Parts: sequence; structure tokens; C-alpha cells
Amino acid sequence: MGSIEILEQKIRSAIDTAESIEDLEVLRVNTLGKKGTLSTPLKRLGSMPKEERKAFGLVLNNLKKHIESLLIEKHKRFKKTMIFQQIERESIDVTLPVRQDPTERGRIHPITQTIDEVITIFSDMGFMIATGPDVETDYYNFTALNFPIGHPARDMHDTFFFNTHENGERKLLRTHTSPVQIRAMEKQKPPIRIVISGKAYRMDSDVTHSPMFHQVEGLVVDSTATIANMMWMLEQFCKTFFEVSSRKIRFRPSFFPFTEPSMEVDIQCDCSSRKVKFGTGHNWMEILGCGMIHPNVLRTCNLDPEIYQGFAWGMGVDRIAMLKYGMPDLRDFFNTDIRWLEHYGFSPLNPST
Amino acid sequence: MKFTLSWLKDHLKSDESLEQIVDKLTAIGLEVENVDNRSALQPFIIARILTSVKHPDADQLQVLRVETGEKTPVQVICSAVNARAGLIGVFAPFNTYIPGYKKILSIATIRGIKSFGMMCSEHELLLSNEHHKIIDLPADAPVGTSFAIYAGLDDPIIDISLTPNRADCAGVHGIARDLFAAGIGTLKKSRVPAILRNSEKNSVKVRLVSHGKQSPCLGFSWRMVKDTRNGASPQWMQQRLIAIEQCPVNALVDITNYLTFDRCRPLHIFDADKIEGDLAIRQAYDGEKLLALNGKEYTLSSKNCVIADRNGIVAIAGIIGGKNTSCDATTRNIIVESALWNPLSIAQTGREFNIVSNARYRFERGVDPGFMIHGLECATRMICDICGGKPTNAEVICFEEPVERKVLFSFTEVKRLTGLEIPKDKTRSILACLGFKVEDTTEDKIVTVKVPTWRPDISEKADLVEEIVRIYGINRIKPQPFTIDHTILRKPPAFLQSRNARMILAGRGMMEAITWSFISEKMARMFGGGHPDLKLKNPISDDMSDMRPSLLPGLIVAAQRNIAHGLTDLALFEISDVYKGHAPEEQHLVAGGIRHGTAKMTGSGRFWANNAGSVDVFDAKADALAVLASFRISTNGLQIERGTPSWYHPGRSGIIKLSPEVILGYFGEFHPTIREDLDIQGPLCCFEIFINAIPEARKKVKKIRPPLLLSPLQKVTRDFAFVVDRTVPAASIVQATLNADKKLIQSVQIFDHFEGAHLGAGKKSVAIEITIQPFEHTLKDEDFEVLSRKVINNVVKKTNGVLRKDLNINNNNSTRCR
Repeated sequence: MGSIEILEQKIRSAIDTAESIEDLEVLRVNTLGKKGTLSTPLKRLGSMPKEERKAFGLVLNNLKKHIESLLIEKHKRFKKTMIFQQIERESIDVTLPVRQDPTERGRIHPITQTIDEVITIFSDMGFMIATGPDVETDYYNFTALNFPIGHPARDMHDTFFFNTHENGERKLLRTHTSPVQIRAMEKQKPPIRIVISGKAYRMDSDVTHSPMFHQVEGLVVDSTATIANMMWMLEQFCKTFFEVSSRKIRFRPSFFPFTEPSMEVDIQCDCSSRKVKFGTGHNWMEILGCGMIHPNVLRTCNLDPEIYQGFAWGMGVDRIAMLKYGMPDLRDFFNTDIRWLEHYGFSPLNPST
Repeated sequence: MKFTLSWLKDHLKSDESLEQIVDKLTAIGLEVENVDNRSALQPFIIARILTSVKHPDADQLQVLRVETGEKTPVQVICSAVNARAGLIGVFAPFNTYIPGYKKILSIATIRGIKSFGMMCSEHELLLSNEHHKIIDLPADAPVGTSFAIYAGLDDPIIDISLTPNRADCAGVHGIARDLFAAGIGTLKKSRVPAILRNSEKNSVKVRLVSHGKQSPCLGFSWRMVKDTRNGASPQWMQQRLIAIEQCPVNALVDITNYLTFDRCRPLHIFDADKIEGDLAIRQAYDGEKLLALNGKEYTLSSKNCVIADRNGIVAIAGIIGGKNTSCDATTRNIIVESALWNPLSIAQTGREFNIVSNARYRFERGVDPGFMIHGLECATRMICDICGGKPTNAEVICFEEPVERKVLFSFTEVKRLTGLEIPKDKTRSILACLGFKVEDTTEDKIVTVKVPTWRPDISEKADLVEEIVRIYGINRIKPQPFTIDHTILRKPPAFLQSRNARMILAGRGMMEAITWSFISEKMARMFGGGHPDLKLKNPISDDMSDMRPSLLPGLIVAAQRNIAHGLTDLALFEISDVYKGHAPEEQHLVAGGIRHGTAKMTGSGRFWANNAGSVDVFDAKADALAVLASFRISTNGLQIERGTPSWYHPGRSGIIKLSPEVILGYFGEFHPTIREDLDIQGPLCCFEIFINAIPEARKKVKKIRPPLLLSPLQKVTRDFAFVVDRTVPAASIVQATLNADKKLIQSVQIFDHFEGAHLGAGKKSVAIEITIQPFEHTLKDEDFEVLSRKVINNVVKKTNGVLRKDLNINNNNSTRCR
């Protein structure tokens, strides 16, 4: 074995026994550095005969490359171990929980959600949104809507009254959102297409009645609107909102003082279980009331019923929310029990679920 | 309005099935609420007990052999005390549903002996509460046939929900007429007897005492019938009355009830022997009393119209009769009356005393004036048939024969309003079937339609269109799309914006509440309300008497209810109206919210990383500003000032102003007095944003944005700290800093704020970081020097503060790149 082989053995075993990156660095300098063990023989190359120099040079260069690669390899191994140790050190328990996002905690009330859904459908059909005051006059709530004074139809609305004002006027809480129809027709010339939402009040309290409730209604006035148009529009609504086909929707003659002819719309449903299923079963569930605007109402708003015609419809939001989303008791809507809101409310980011 | 199928068929000759009739009723606007086809009693059979032997192992039981019409008798175990051989009763075979038990009968083995059915008591068939004795029928009851048919219990009951306009269908005859018009069967000629002509005159006179104004009496007809015998009414009449939940009393009373439902003709019969002197129709005297047929005593006034004799009131006109003059088993001589009353007067009196009677129901809707006298004849005929007696001549006062109303009608009206083309002949025949008379006029397309006297609800063309269409069939109208004009497809900002605000607040972990618009007077007063204009005259309870001046009381009450359930960390909001007065413009849309306990936006309660602290004024401020941000109002343009209303903690609340005049809202913690008065436990903060106060111009969405100007130069930051009086608002330091150089200073951030003894009594330190954005050239040291001096001078001038020297801030060294 020549001296080169011996040198190689020595360097190899030094690399093997190196214990850290620092050891390795020292070894590199001692081996490949200017005064390293491999550099010294290289310096001698110049004094060698040409033939010998060539052969020896090749051997030395190969050895140098070999050692370099051994050093790099060993360095990589150390690096790997170090990173591994760093990871070990930095590891934490990722099963620890994070705070729930506020958007997950927050809730939209089912009533405003339902109003949004209904209004969106009608907005897309070109309806403007209108609102009006809760505190109304007898004129807007009854007289202008063709409720004759003392007529039993007024009895159907158990009205909340305010104390008589000094000027003799007695205000009331509107018993329906229909006064907004009158206010709209007073303010605006046809064509009118509005959808109205708001609160209404009646002296009622049980599972399906509450002294305060919500209505959405609509009004179309022009010179051509017919019942056929109204039926089409309400079918569109029912199909979208209740996800039923038009075959499952029934129009039925009815009576409202402010429409003539008047109708109610029923949806076929299965009421055999607690949760109402739409579009199937043997029951018909009343959903909304509608009709052609009564000529007296048009006249009251200075619209000639020989020229103008139109239709109106209205529904109880609370009731259709109960039907669509399965709340058993209307009174819970206004109790603000956060357990109820969490269960029946809607996430602000994911309102459809 | 209830009636039975057989009752209907007294008026309507029809072969249609019950189902067809029911479907048609709903289709023409007489909505069927319920049908009781009484199939429950179908399996019950009339049976005879052949033998009855004591059960060998039970003293109370008997073993019966029962003949049920089948070949072999059936063995039945029975415990009834009246079970005996020869009794004819009602038998239920096994597998029969027993209504009284709500169970299906099975074959039972009772102490070793099998029972294959049951002899039934009235309770088991839900006919009465009798459950000790089995039903004991007369000896001629046909064994082996249906008990329901024998007892008249098979007649289906139809219940329709009558709309208030259809006075005419408050009688079975009117319903039959509608069905006939809609193609169901033929209407039978009504059996109105000829007017009785009799020589005998009434011995009781009736006179109308002037009412001053318009009389509520529009007609009064009456006669006496002498020597009647008042027993039970006939079985068929009782069965029909029971079926519609009218309790049979005696023949005379039952006849009036029967005609009320049969012909929508309310009547009254007085026992003539209990009447003193003549009858008068007059106003009641104030304080006059009547013990009515329902057993209640009413105190009347001059507003009420009554019928009275010499002793006082005998009936409240058109609503209810008196007990003391009513007919009973001893009644021999009677006065029958058939009258017509002003619907308004009836409605007012009925509502005043809350009397719900069959007569009131019909009179206030409007009964047929053309049938008043016929009704008296019908009643007289029935009385004579059932109770015997001798009628006197009928007399009528105050009555004018009704004139048929005329409506000018054009056939094209149906198409104009409904889009439906109905042949003229069909239209004419529908109107004719309903009792209208169509007469041609000189004009080509216009006809005169005479409205029958029983239809007070028909007065113009649209009414006729409804009649024609509902009978022809609403579902024959083909829905037609209408054009959607997208140029008016605009959602007003208010709606969209409050939706955004709602989403933002829910996105901040709050739950949306809807609380009552009315609150207690105490609460209303506490929050600036309680005005008499906003006080309900007839509240549903004392807690709901005043329209709310603020959303906060409702939210606090809601929070307290949850806290009582142990749910203490809660964040609630509501976007709804508050009421400052009763005029429309005094109703304001407000977004309000409260947080309680540790319900911070980032989370509540204990947590491994960081426990949530108590909610405070800054949580409320953040909520309030988030709502304003949803209306595109940035914090920069707002002034926050002290001086909130009385329910806020004066030192821990703020007013948000857009300008000195425009208040957008409040936020803060509650005043200690309010907390005490409302018994608020734990940290609670709140905000109110007045959506109506936001100028409309601010709500508009600007589609085109200003061009983006980006500087190629680096941003730099500088820090400053000032010592000022603790009363100096931090915002004024920020504002003074920004004003120092509006071009260069892009933003100011307060990064430190504290009070300490070493600063001096009543002092605080505020440290700010200024972000400087050069646009034209990189700033040199001199530029910074000038800027710093401007900042310091501005702040010192505005706040009377001093620059903190002790702090080791070297702005030359602290210049940092971003």
C-alpha cells in the first residue's frame, strides 16, 4: 500500500468519526485547505517527471474529488439530522382547538332570511321595494282599503289602538301591510310594481298567531294586468320559494275587502308528520291571498277603474317561514332564546343551509 | 257554517258523490274546512241478545249469545248491568275501531272464555258519557242492519269556512244554489208556503218608538200562534241540529234554529203568556238590564236597539232573546217574529257585548230582505205541523219591499280583468242560475244585471266578474307571463344596506333578534320614550304597552332571559324601527346591539390560548363602526364625542357624528343607575346606529373609482410620544398630527396609551407612529426635521401637552422600511 492509499484511509476514517458539522469543517480545512494533507502532495507534482506527474496527478485529483463528495454527503447527513431535531423541538399539539370563526357563530333570524328570499324573487321580476309606517290611521288601514265602517271584516282584524289624540284622531297599529299600497298609489302614477314588507299587529296569541307578525305583499297597477298575469307571477314565486311544480298549486276563490275578484293560493302538502312536506300528500296548505284591486280602492287613490287595473297579493312571512323551515311555535320567533336562534337561524355566509 | 249531506239534498237534487260536491264547494269559494263522513260508525250493527248466562269464573260478567243477522250467533262477554236476554242493542264485531276507546277491538279470552265482539254503550260510540249500560233499542229496531243508518248517524257533515261577504250562504239553500250554478244537480223549488190569510187578529201590537236618527229596524213581521204544544222536536230535526252542534231544546226553539241554518232566516219566538202588554222596538234606557238566553245578564244603553214589553227588555234586537220570555215545555201561546235589522247596528251591539249568536252572525252580514215575510210563513207552517195551534194574521211594520239593485255590465269585462274568454251564453246562464236577471239594453254590448235581494255584496262590474269566474272555474284561467321591465329593476339602497349591516353584525358573531315593537312604560321612560301618543289603549299586557323609543330595552330583556338560563356570554343585534312619535316620519330604522359577559367578537369564555376578557365600550364601538362601514362610511370622517343620552355611562360612551349636526349613533356601557334599575349583572355594552340619519348621498354606490396613485418611493415611519391631560381626547392628537402635513402623513396609529404616577397627577402618555409617504422625492434629514417640528408644534398647540423626552425615541434610528 502506497502513501496515497494510507492517506485516503486516514481521511476516510476521520470523515466517518466526525461528530458534527464543525468537525467536518475542520477536517475539510485540514484535508483540502491550502495546507491540507492533500494539498501538500499536490505541491510536489511540479518537481516530478512529466510521465510520473501525469499519473500521480490523476490519482490525486480523483482522490480529492472523492473526498469532497464524501464530505458533502456527510454534511448533508448532519444537516438532515439537525433539521429533524429542529422539527422535533418545534413540534406542538395541533389538535388544540382554534377559536370558532365569528361568522360561524353569528345568526340571521329566520324571518329576515325569509323576507330576503321572498323579496329577492320579486325583485328579479322587476318589483321595487316599498315600506310604510307601523303606526297608521284608520283611513289607510281600513277605509281606503274598502273596509266599510262597522263591517264584520274589520272584526277579523283585532286592532291595537292608541289613545285618542287631542285633535280627536285615533291612531292604530296597522293590522296588515296593505296601507302601504294606498300610500304607494297616492305617491306614484301607474305603472306600479312594488313589493312591501313589514310588521303588522293584531291582538292574537297562540301557536300560529302572535300580536306582532310580518307580511310581504305586492302591488301591480297598470292598464293591462289580469288575473292570468297574477297567477303566472304567483306560480313563479311558489315554484321558486317552495320548490314545487305548478300542478301542486291551487287557486281558490275567496274574499278580501280590497280585492275583487279575490283568491287564495294553496299548496299541496303532506301534514301527516310534524314537518310539513310540500308537493306531496293529501292536504292543501293556504299560503297567500290575492286578487284584482277593488275598483273602490282605485277610486280612493284617484285612479279610474275603467282605465287602470291591477292586482295585489300578500302573505304572512312568519307562517311561511314555519312551513318551510319547520318551527313548531310562532311565539318562539320573538323570544330571542339563543339556543333557538342557533338552531333555526341562518349563517351569514351560508344562508341557504 | 255546518250542514249535512241529506240536508243539502233537501234543496239540491243531485247524484254527485260527496267528494265531487266537496271539491266543487272549495272550487267556487265555499272552502270546505272539514268533512266528517261518519264512517266510524259504519261497522256497528243492531243485534239481539238471545241468551245471557253468568260467567262461571266472574261474578260481574255474563256470557251472551248474540244474534247479529249472520247464520250463527256470536259469543260475547259483557259486564253491563242491563245486559239481558231479549235486549236489542248495538254490536261491534272484532276488528272494529271503537271511537270511545280509540282502539281496535280484538278477539279476547276473558277468564277462559272467548269474546268475539262487543255490545256497546253510548260512550263507546261517543254518543254520550253513559258507559255502565249498553244501548237498549226499541223492540222494532231491525236486527242485522246498520245502527248508524237506523239512528240517522250516517249523514256526512260538511263544514265550510264562509267568507264575510257571503251572507246568502249562511243558509243551506244558498249553498245549494251556488252548487247548482256550478253544475252540480238541480236546485229544488223552495217550499215557501202561501201567505196565510186568517180572520183572527193579533192581540199583541208592536210599535216602533222613534230612534231620532235612522232606525236600526228595517222591517218587523210577526203573528201569534195560539194553543200550541211544545214538546221535543222530531227526530230528524234533532239529528240535523246535533250534527251541526246545535243543542236541541224544544220544538219551538229548534224550529227557529233550523230555519236560521236552512234558509239563513233568524227568527225569534216569545212565549206570549210571559209578555206584558204590547211590544215596542226602541232604544234601551241607560242601565237597563236583560237576562239573556245564554244565562248572562247584559246592561244596555241608548246605543242598543231592543224589543221590550211593559216590564222591560225581552230581546236585544237581532242578537239574542231574553230568558224570562222564552219558550219552555209549558208554552201554549206564542209570538213569532221575523225582522230585518241594520247590519251596522247589529255589529256594533254584538261587538260591544261580545255575543256570538247565529242571529248576529247573519244579520251583520245582511240577510235577504226579500225573504223576511216568507220566513215568518215558513216558521208558522213548521210550528203548526209540529206543535199544532192556530195562527193569527201576520202583521208587518216599518218594511219596504226591497228593490233589486241594477248593475250595468259588459261581457268584455271578464276578459279585461281575467284574460279568460267565456261564451256569452255561458255567462248569462251562470248569472241566471245564481238568481241574477240579465236584461239587454239599447246599447249593443251593455246589459243591465239585476242583483237578487239575497246578494248585498254585489254592487258593481268587478263583483259580477268574480261571480262568473268562480262559478266557471278559476283553474280554467291560463297563467300568462307578463313583461318584466328591467329598467325599473332597482333595489332601493335602504333595503340592501340594512341587509349588509345585518350580514356584517352576524359576521361579527352576533345573533339577530326580533323583539316586540311594544315594551313596558317603565322601560320606555328609561330610554327616552313613554309619550302618551305612543301608548296603546288596549295592550295585550302591561309589559307591551308603549311603542319602543329604542331597540335596547327589548334586547336587554332578551339577554336577561338567556342569562336566567345560564347563557351569559351573548351578543345580540336587531335592525328594526323605533318610534319617536306617531307620525310616519317619526318612525326610524335603527341597528342596535348588545354584548354581555365575555362575548367578544373573537370568541368568549376561557380558552387555552387566551381567555376572553369582559366586553366593554370598545367592543360596542367596533360593532357600531362596522355597521357604518357597511354603509361605506369610514371611520376617518367621523367625530367621536362625549354627551350620550341618559342611559349611557357618561365616561364610557360616545356619540358618533358625521358632522356637528348629524348624529349617526351611540355606543358604550350602561349608566350605573340603569344597571341598578334593570338589575343588570355582569359586563354589558351596547350600540345604536340611526340608519335614517345617514345621508342618502352616502348610501349611493359609486361605480367608477378614482384612479389609483402609487408612489415609487418607500414609506417610512416615525414615532412620537406626548404627555397630556387625561381629559385630552386621543383623537385630537391624531387629528393635530394629520393636520401637520396632509400630503406626506398618510396615517397615524396610537400604539401606546397609559397613565402613571411618574407622569404627574391627571396626566397620560400617548405614543403615536406616523406613516409618511413621499411622492416627489426621497426625504432628506432636513425634511424629516421640518416635518417633526410641525407635528410636535401642532400637537402641543392643540393639546397643551409636551413631547416626552424620557422616552428613548430616536427617530433617526427608528426609521424603518416597510
